[in-house]
This record gives sequence, structure tokens and C-alpha cells, in this order.
Amino acid sequence: MSRRYEAVIGLEVHCELATATKLFCACRNEFGAEPNTNVCPVCLGLPGSLPVLNGRAVEFALRFGGVLGFGAPARSIFARKNYFYPDMPKDYQISQYEEPICIDGALEVDGVRVGIERAHLEEDTGKTVHVGGGGRIHEADHSLVDYNRAGVPLMEIVSRPDLRSAEQARAYVQELRGVLLAIGVSDVKMEEGSLRVDANVSLRSEGADELGTKVEIKNMNSLRSLGRAIEFEIDRQAELLEAGEPVAQETRHWNEADGRTHGMRSKEEAFDYRYFPEPDLVPIVPDPQMRARAGERLPELPADRRGRLAREWGISENDARLLVDVAGLAEFAEAAVAALGAGSAKDLVNWCVGEVLGFLNESGLVPGALPLAPDGLAELVDLVAAGSISRAQAKDVLDECLREPKRPRQVVAERGIEQVSDEAELAAVIDDIVAAHPDDVAAYRAADAKVRKKKRGFFMGEAIKATRNQGNPKVLGRLLDERLAGD
Amino acid sequence: MTDPGSINASEIATAVRNGHSAVETVDRCLDAIAARDDELHAFLHVDADAARAAAAAIDERVAAGDDPGALAGVPVALKDNLCVRGAPTTCGSRILEGWRPPYTATVVDRVLAAGAVPIGKTNLDEFAMGSSTENSAFGPTRNPHDPARVPGGSSGGSAAAIAAGFVPLALGSDTGGSIRQPASLCGVVGAKPTYGAVSRHGLIAFASSLDQIGPLAGDVGDAALLLDVISGHDPLDSTSIPDGIPSVSAVLDEGVEGIRVGVVSELTDAEGVQAEVGEAVESAAIALQKAGATVGPVSIPAAVHGLAAYYLIAPAEASSNLARYDGVRYGLRVDADDVATMNARTRASGFGAEVKRRIMLGTYALSAGYYDAYYGQAQRVRTLLIRDFESAYESFDVLLAPTSPTTAFELGAKTADPLAMYLSDVCTILANLAGHPAMSLPFGTGEGGLPIGVQVFAQPLREPEMFRTARVIEESAP
Repeated sequence: MSRRYEAVIGLEVHCELATATKLFCACRNEFGAEPNTNVCPVCLGLPGSLPVLNGRAVEFALRFGGVLGFGAPARSIFARKNYFYPDMPKDYQISQYEEPICIDGALEVDGVRVGIERAHLEEDTGKTVHVGGGGRIHEADHSLVDYNRAGVPLMEIVSRPDLRSAEQARAYVQELRGVLLAIGVSDVKMEEGSLRVDANVSLRSEGADELGTKVEIKNMNSLRSLGRAIEFEIDRQAELLEAGEPVAQETRHWNEADGRTHGMRSKEEAFDYRYFPEPDLVPIVPDPQMRARAGERLPELPADRRGRLAREWGISENDARLLVDVAGLAEFAEAAVAALGAGSAKDLVNWCVGEVLGFLNESGLVPGALPLAPDGLAELVDLVAAGSISRAQAKDVLDECLREPKRPRQVVAERGIEQVSDEAELAAVIDDIVAAHPDDVAAYRAADAKVRKKKRGFFMGEAIKATRNQGNPKVLGRLLDERLAGD
Repeated sequence: MTDPGSINASEIATAVRNGHSAVETVDRCLDAIAARDDELHAFLHVDADAARAAAAAIDERVAAGDDPGALAGVPVALKDNLCVRGAPTTCGSRILEGWRPPYTATVVDRVLAAGAVPIGKTNLDEFAMGSSTENSAFGPTRNPHDPARVPGGSSGGSAAAIAAGFVPLALGSDTGGSIRQPASLCGVVGAKPTYGAVSRHGLIAFASSLDQIGPLAGDVGDAALLLDVISGHDPLDSTSIPDGIPSVSAVLDEGVEGIRVGVVSELTDAEGVQAEVGEAVESAAIALQKAGATVGPVSIPAAVHGLAAYYLIAPAEASSNLARYDGVRYGLRVDADDVATMNARTRASGFGAEVKRRIMLGTYALSAGYYDAYYGQAQRVRTLLIRDFESAYESFDVLLAPTSPTTAFELGAKTADPLAMYLSDVCTILANLAGHPAMSLPFGTGEGGLPIGVQVFAQPLREPEMFRTARVIEESAP
């Protein structure tokens, strides 16, 4: 981008709330069920059905508002957002328009305060699958609709246009995810669609106060694509402005495959949602009890936790961030440290952000679902510290423990790889080798430093072989040196 | 006291509880329907076998020493916008033809739990939009007092079914007068309770903030009996009143001694109110005064804006409530190459003219740039109206007015002029806009022997005063 422009970015984050049931009915809120099995007259919008608000969702929104310093309105109302779409059972969405549940909060991201204009509750729509024609709507033979997701509670979090770069936008979403996860209101899995982000991007001349024309980008399904889409859009708009062409106010779709944003047909954009207050629901007026429940047992927020772990365990800020950003990893590390003692924290964290994190990424599992419990990792680190296995062996043992429900000691025993460090046992091995190779011993003693080193390697190799790889190399080396220096 | 041949609900319930056959009562109703409903068309659907089976089950329970409840064996008709699991439920519309709900409305569950026997589903203006039942996609209902005339609407089928002696009780719904106006035209009793008194769960919505289910009956006592059964809190309706309304049957005969009755001048003097209707209201007021009430005139200034506000709010909500009839999930589907065209063709073919007119009105009223001038302004009128009522109730306990400006009109008389039809509701819509209770009861007849109805309004939750007043008027009716 040309130096002459500054990007102004605001994000709309939709996060699925992890309530047991849907927002307005008792159907289960779960991902991946057989199509159209978690449905009832209410979430199918059958004639005569009425919504009944899930109090849990309100509590979750109040909890979110509480930790990010939102004002807590005395009253909040729902509204209908009217438009026709086959995966929307009532052809209107129950959302909030005027009087949302959270107003005016902020999130600090790498030292920058990002304003959050509002957060509101709304119901999700169903999911349409286009069959034939490569899955695109216009070429499809027919479409199938799954209403399992219809009525799932969403919280839409609308930032102020306080972000200035793709990198900052990613950091904001990352931090927001951490908060949502920490306070237990969402699983925040972008890949499963439980966190969706739309970006509003505009450019203005460096130093200008007024905002440029805003373009909304949709369809980013990972943090990486969010960053790429914003970068592309900044460049696209800069090129237009450079060429003296206007930026059209429109909604554009990010296409992961070609790495570009594409304008939607203007016809689809000309929506007038005809919002009006939802007459089937009464205003939300949280009583003091409800507010108190929302504020109970508030967990540590990610920024506080990173600071504490870095301080208490003496680990780097970067390692602390890795632990806290990955759902459940900090808890895993804390349990392991609790089992082995703070003195081993650094070692344990190295394993956590190294091999364990690598396996989580590879397998898609969460720490809680690993066959290895935190005290299993502690056992492994203890085995290395005690000299029972080498670090290299420990990696192999861990790899097995991450895949099979086995304890490290069990794997070490099965493989027969426990190191022998017993002096008397190893001394006897050295004695036998020295006795079996008198000529080499003599040559060693007569040689210069360079040849000695080579000869020593030969003796060590024999010793390791004789112990079937189980002899502790440190102890063997020391005993060998003593014997060769010998009498 | 108990006449086994009676068509009075409380008498039937007493007889059945004492061992008289409910099946016999049901058969009598079915015979009456068979004899005359081809002419009147009060019912869209009668399930005789299911009704007889339900009545037989009641008889068995009584024989086993069980008490089926306050409506033991009483045949009841259901307006066809109430969902009954597995039963045809059309709302008087082609768009729902063939649809059978997988669940039952709370009101229906309540009458069943009280031992009532549902006989069938009654005709209505499509989606309850109309004042004559001529907007039903399945043909009009005729007034039992003069089959050349309309029964009123939209609950015209329910009102006609009682007036014809088919059933002692019926359920209707009232969004702008749809229980009271047909009750008036058919010479029966109909009540719209306080908004939230009766659960709307399972009532197919017309205008959610105005819709309320209520009883239609042959007399005030039966209407009270049915209201007591159907009212009460329902967790499935968020707008349902937490503590419900007080029982009305219990206080029915307490009289009107000391009750202050205000006669609403804006409504008795309104343009289009027939002289005989105005006179009936006057006579009713005098009767109340004789029975110990104090009577005086009262003004509700905002009443004159009621009709305009109503015809913005009700269509606006309807335009949203009726969006779901899109051919995707249930009911009619007229196929096309793409979804948007299928939606459009389905709705063009499935909805009648009046429904389309109101959807368009409502869509316009909610559109960007018009919202404040129309929907917003109408909501402000509503607030004003509530304030006017509050100030009237500082001096009065109940208010008196006509129900319908006219007696029953001839079929086709107003179908070409929607505004003339809308004026039928001018006296009734105020209670819906305010959320207050109101009821209509017959008070004499006019030219041609056609029934005249008078209307009693009361404050929210004050159904007891309303019914006491109605009872006294009924006793002194000519």
C-alpha cells in the first residue's frame, strides 16, 4: 500500500454461545448432529410457535459485558430483522437493533485500546447445502436445508473502527477469542463456525479525520484468511484511489482459493431489513440477582494470566501467549506443574509448547482429550531429570503416550530402554572391553590427543553395544576414561 | 336444574358429571351440524369419529368415578387458527391447505384437560383478517339469523356455530374485534381478555401484540366458565401474565351496586353507528343504573385515531408473521426454477386479496424512511390511547359502547370497499391497542330481528367487574 493511506478497520465478530440449548427453545445446541434432528416447532418457525428466551444466554452476554467494562443497560429489547432466505425458518431473524444488551466496552490489544460499540444477542440461521453444480447456488440442481443450527444463540460483537492493520485485526480477534474462552461463554472455533468475523475496511489519506468509503468483507473462516482478506482489500482500495477511481460501498466475499475479494451482485445487497421490536418477547430487565450470577466466579482474563505465568514460572512472554491462546493448554501446563513442582515449570512448558502443541495441531485434539494426563507429562520430565532416559528417548516415549493411553514409565519398561547407571554393573562391562582389546588399549595410551579421541569413540561404541543401548553414556564415559588413564 | 337436552355448557357439564351420556350430547350436536351446516358453513372440518371417541372416554371416566372437569362432555368448536396435533389447521387459507400441526395449542390442551370434547374447526377470514368471514379461501359463513347476511368476522364460524345451536362453546381469537364483532352480529356472547391472560402458544399469529384468544358462548355464564378454564400463565408464551387473571365465574352474580359505568361518547356518537345500536347502548346504561350502578358520559379523545393506528400496526406485524409461508417447509408450494421465484409464486397463489393487501400495507409501513411516520407514529397513538383510558378509569370502573356500528350486513355489501369493511372494527380495536379486556353481549334486536350487541370495557385484569356488569345487562336485555 502506498504510504499516503491509512487503513481504518472495524470488525463484527459473531460468536456462538456454548449454552446447552438454543436461544428460544429447548432443542440441544450441538455441532455435528444428523441434519434436522435438533429441531422443534419453535426453531422451525412453525405457525403458532412462540420464542421463549434462554436465560443462560442472557447471563453469558452479561458476563462478557462485565469483564470488558460495558455499560449495563437497565433494559434491552429484541427486534425482528426481516428478509427472505430458505435457511431462515420464519423469514425473519430475532436479533437486537435498538437497545442491545451490551453497550460501549473496550478490549486492550498489545497496548492499544480497541473500542467495542455494542454486543447483542441473536439467533443463528440454518445451513443450506447446494447439491450439484459444484455446490454453488446458481448452478445447483437442488438445495437441502439443515435447521439444526437455526436458533443457536449468537453474540455479535461490533468493534469501533479503531484498528489500523490486518495484523492488528488478527491480534484483536485472537485476544477476543481468549476472553470468550476464558469466561466460558463460547468454544470459539472458527473452523466449526462458532466464531465468524466480518470486516469493514476503508482507507483515508494519512492524517485525515473523515472516514473513506467502507467496504464490508465476509466469508473469512480462519484468522489467516482474515489477515489475507484485509491485506488484499487494503491494496485493492489503494490502487483504486491511486488511479483516482471511487471505492464503491458494497459487500465483498473473500475467496480463499484465488486470494481475492469479490463484489456481490448489487441486487442482493439492496436489503431493507424493516427492523421493528419483536412483539413475541418482553424486554430483558436483568434483576440484581441475575447480574450477580453473571459476575460470579469470573476467571482470570488472558492478559492477566499471561503476565502471571511469565512471572511465576520465569518463562518468556511468547511461551506464555502460546499456552494461553490454545484452549486448555495453560490448564494442562498448570496441572503438570502442580504435580511436579514449580522448579520444573520451565521444562514442562518447553514440552507443552513444543511436542504437545505440535501434536494438538496435527491431531486437532484439545488438551483435555489427550490420552496423556498432565501428571503423565510430569512423570516424563521426571524420568529425564533422574537420568532414567535421555531427552531423545523421552521424545519417542511422549509420542507414544500422546497416541496411546499409556504412562511414560510403562512405555519405558515395554521398550526396555531404561538407562543403566549402576556403577558396578557398568564397571564390569568396561573391564571386559579393556581386557578383550589389549592392543587397542596400548595403542590408545601411546597415541596423541587426536588419535586418542578416535580410539575412545571405538571403546564407547563397544560399551553401548554391550549394554544394548541402555548404559548411561555419561557414566560409561567416566568409567572408561578412568580405566584408560589407568595403571 | 339439569336439562339433558340443553345446549348450555354448565348444564351439560353438570349432567355429564352426574352420569348423563356425553356421547348423546355430542351426537345431538353432530345431528344439528349435519342438518344445517351445509347452508351456514360454520365449520371447515368436523371430525365426528374423534368427537364421539372423546365423548365415550369422558363417559368411561365418569363411570369409573372420575371427575373429568368443569367442561365434562361439553362440545366445543375451535377457530381454525388454533393448532391441534394431527388435525387440519388452515387459517382459512390455501397456503396452509393440507398442513397438520405436530403440536397442540395451550388453550386446546386446557379445554381438553377440563373434559371438553372438540367437535371441529370453524371458518374464519383468511389469517383472521376480515370482519365478515367472506375472506375465507373456503367460502363464507352465513348468519344463522338471516343466511343472506354475514356472521361478522373473523371468528364468524365460531359465532355462527353457537347462534345456530351447533355447540354451546367456541374459541375465537380477537386482534381488532374478531370475537366481539361476530358475537354481536350473531347475537351471542364473546369476550377478549386482557392481553396475556390466555396463552397464544399454538394460535397462528396475525398481529402478535394485538392477538388474544377468548370464549364465545350462548350466555355470560358459559363465557365465564370457558374463560376460567383457558386463562392462566403459560411458560411457552413470554407475553403471558405471570399470575393470570382472577376467576370470573366466582363473582358473576355479585351485581353492579356501586360500580361506575362510563359511556364512551366518541364511540356511541361515531359516524356510521346505527340509531338502533346507539339506543341499545343507552338502554343498557339505564338498566345498569337501575341495578345500582352510577352512569355518566366519558371521553377517550385518542379513540378517533384508533382505526388509523390499528391499520398500521396490525399489517406491519402481519407482514412479518406471514413471511414464513414461503413454500420451503410446509403448506403450499408452487415450484419454479429458483427459490425466490418459488417463494413469489407460492405466495401469489396461496394468499387471498385481503391478506396480500395487508402484507403490502405493513411492509410499506416498516420500510426505511417511512418507519417513523407510520409504525412509529401508530405506536405513539397507542401510548396516547392507553393514557386516555387510564384517565377515564380514574372516574369509572367499566366503560360501555357499541360493539359493531351496525347489525349484520348482507354478503357482498362491503367486499368491494375495504375501508367500509375496516370501519366495522372502529369500536372494538381500542381494547386491542390498549391490551385491555372487552366483551360483547346481545341486547335486543333491530330491524329485521337482527341481533344488536353492546360492549363492556374494563381495566387490565378487571375481567371480574366486566363480567358482573355483562351479567346484569344480560338479565335486563329485552
